[in-house]
Amino acid sequence: MNPTLHAILIFLQTWWVELVSGVVIVAVVPLVAGYLVLMERKLMADMQARLGPMRVGPHGLLQPIADAFKLLIKEDIIPADADKLIFWLAPVISMVAALTAMGAIAFGPAFQVARDINVGILFVVGVSSLGFLGIILGGWASNSHYSIIGAIRSTAQLVSYETAGGLAIVSALLLSGTLSIRGIVDAQQKSGAWFIFLAPVAFFTYLVASIAETNRAPFDLPEAESELVAGYMTEYSGFRWALYFLGEYANMIVVGSVATTLFLGGWLRPFPNVHWLNWIEYLPAFFIAIVGVYCIYRAGKQPVAIQVAFMWAVALACFAIAAVLAAPWILHVLHKFGVAAPLNLDFTVPGLNGAFWFLLKVSVYIYVFMWLRFTLPRYRFDQLMHLGWYILIPLAIVNVLAVGVALLLESALGWNRWLAMVVTTIITMAFALFLVHLHDKRTAAASSAAAVTTDSYAG
Amino acid sequence: MGDTLQEEAIKNGGTLLGADELVLNMGPQHPSTHGVLRVKLKLDGERVRGTECVIGYLHRGVEKIAESRSYQQFAPYVDRMDYVAAVSNGLGYCEAVEKLLNVEAPPRARVIRTILTELQRIASHLVWLGTHAMDIGAISPIFYCFREREEILKIFEKYCGARLTTHAFRIGGLQYEAYDGFEKDVERFCLDFERRIQEYVDLLTGNSIWMGRTRNVGVLNTADCIALGASGPVLRASGLKWDLRKAQPYAAYDQYKFEIPVGTNGDTYDRYMVRIEEMRQSRLICLQAIEKIPEGAILGKVGKVLKPQPGEIYHSIEAPKGILGYYIVSDGTTQPYRVRIRPPSFVNLQAFDKMVRGHLVADVVAIIGTLDIVLGEVDR
Repeated sequence: MNPTLHAILIFLQTWWVELVSGVVIVAVVPLVAGYLVLMERKLMADMQARLGPMRVGPHGLLQPIADAFKLLIKEDIIPADADKLIFWLAPVISMVAALTAMGAIAFGPAFQVARDINVGILFVVGVSSLGFLGIILGGWASNSHYSIIGAIRSTAQLVSYETAGGLAIVSALLLSGTLSIRGIVDAQQKSGAWFIFLAPVAFFTYLVASIAETNRAPFDLPEAESELVAGYMTEYSGFRWALYFLGEYANMIVVGSVATTLFLGGWLRPFPNVHWLNWIEYLPAFFIAIVGVYCIYRAGKQPVAIQVAFMWAVALACFAIAAVLAAPWILHVLHKFGVAAPLNLDFTVPGLNGAFWFLLKVSVYIYVFMWLRFTLPRYRFDQLMHLGWYILIPLAIVNVLAVGVALLLESALGWNRWLAMVVTTIITMAFALFLVHLHDKRTAAASSAAAVTTDSYAG
Repeated sequence: MGDTLQEEAIKNGGTLLGADELVLNMGPQHPSTHGVLRVKLKLDGERVRGTECVIGYLHRGVEKIAESRSYQQFAPYVDRMDYVAAVSNGLGYCEAVEKLLNVEAPPRARVIRTILTELQRIASHLVWLGTHAMDIGAISPIFYCFREREEILKIFEKYCGARLTTHAFRIGGLQYEAYDGFEKDVERFCLDFERRIQEYVDLLTGNSIWMGRTRNVGVLNTADCIALGASGPVLRASGLKWDLRKAQPYAAYDQYKFEIPVGTNGDTYDRYMVRIEEMRQSRLICLQAIEKIPEGAILGKVGKVLKPQPGEIYHSIEAPKGILGYYIVSDGTTQPYRVRIRPPSFVNLQAFDKMVRGHLVADVVAIIGTLDIVLGEVDR
């Protein structure tokens, strides 16, 4: 046998799972990101008393595909004075960083691209931060004033908020005692509570920091539409722009997954250790079946034949997913009625349903992102920095100390874990109030200083 | 970060770290310059050290056109100046020509004019609120504001057939009688509107980000306002109670009870509060006015051909954006010899440089928004 061929075969044999999953991620994540955009537009429309996209497909369901197609065939413009190579490379960096980070995330006990890396969370955080390099380079290479201001803002924002976010992650790592993503979820199962309940301050800090890291409102200063037109991507158009856009939404999925893994119990269902609640495992299938029934109900009300067909197709897809999720239970029931089960499917329950719970939690997390975006005005740059350095980072540092002290109380003095956590959390909250008070005092002092400025026009 | 260091450097006439100024050219195509305003910003980092407004991209020579049109023919042109408050523009022009002709609109016409003008004030403030909130990053209020504005535009459409550039009034009174159910429509809107204002207040007023973005931003004290000629909510937010509806009552304003809201600091937050309260007061005026609309003619005794005596007249009204004045010179022919318009947006825009200096880039859009300029009126 040809030795080269042999080596390739060996390589494929060793890494085929990773390769296939990698291809799946590259194929699926942009689509999911596109539908996240649609979801955001629909939610925004709902909160703003309008309908949102309705034209392409029933209820605009094919809008992301139409958008992607439009962006693909648009003229590819590179500004004359741009640094062409870097201009070309920057959106690719953004996108690749987000997709790579996704590789290490475990979407369920059975779904993970990379095998469990022992420094998994570190890898995810590190790689996803690289996405900022794409933003900074893109802003610089565009050779436009708007872009460079956006890029500078994003650099400052990254430095400030990555620190706070990192410290929040440390709190969760102290609780779990491992960096491995699976290890963290297992630790939450063992401790009997998601870490959001043990370290709420850390979760809050991570929530704020992750909004800032993904450049979402109210921290969307790098692309602040009303100030900088589009910030770092002002000069980008067509599919390069789409790459930035997809990178941003992929990044949202990444931070949502990290938060889910660290604080929301990963793929664990609610109350993972309470066995009389085991029926919760079958709720996903039940809910999806209900969605299917609702689709059939709606199908009768659709005005156009193709919409009726579409609704039926969605309903059938829902039933299929529900059947897959509930397969072990269906087999059990059949077994009771004397039908011989051809195979035992119990092992699929944690895998499939775990993925369901994981994605549900990530969706809720992203929903909160969107909700905040529709509600809140944007911070100003100096206010963003004040919030980061004067409130969030001190709070995160104190919280790490507090979690450490609580663990020490538990191990050295034999305190109940919950008691230790509640006590330290209350202390941290008091510290947070103190920080806010300091901040208010500083703002008041600054405003009284501003009030005494003289006017040059009077008299 | 580094505020004190930067301020010290600026005080000594230099820039931070001796860097050159960055000139940022904002507009004329920019999402938040409210039309075709072009602002050249001289930046030191994010801090604005100087500005230069470039206007005239929407110049149509409205005042010159007036000289070759008859008095009636020119009336629709004024609607195109401040196109988000066309009714107010028309009221000012019609009243100015009436003053020149020495005729008066009949009482019924004056009450209906007042109602429509106050509805227009609400509509104009709603556009301002939505776009201002959008500039500061709150993307939802604009849709609520436009939902309510739509109700007002529907009333206009029912009344005169047009929504935006209405040409609702005629010299000497009104052309159209109020349609059946006019009072009911206005009442329904006004009764519903209080609850709707509360929605915006819930979204913005107590929001700490909103307060942080608007408090102490673009402060103009009363002396500055007077020196710069600023009027309307900009002036009132600085604490001076000056509203032509009370000071020199026109139309039917002397018949109604309403308050003139004033601010204390003259910052963006005060201007926001003043305009919100003005919407409430306009609503009250409308409710009082529809209670008793006098019967009678709607058009005074004016001829088909208007030939005022030679002379000149200045008439000003309180438009939503400030004092809107018309100065008309007649040479005794059917066409005005000269029409000079004092647009509130143009005059208020002069305060821009004073307000922006020393603030950050993000404040620039907040200040453009709070001045509530319409470029159609600035450039004419």
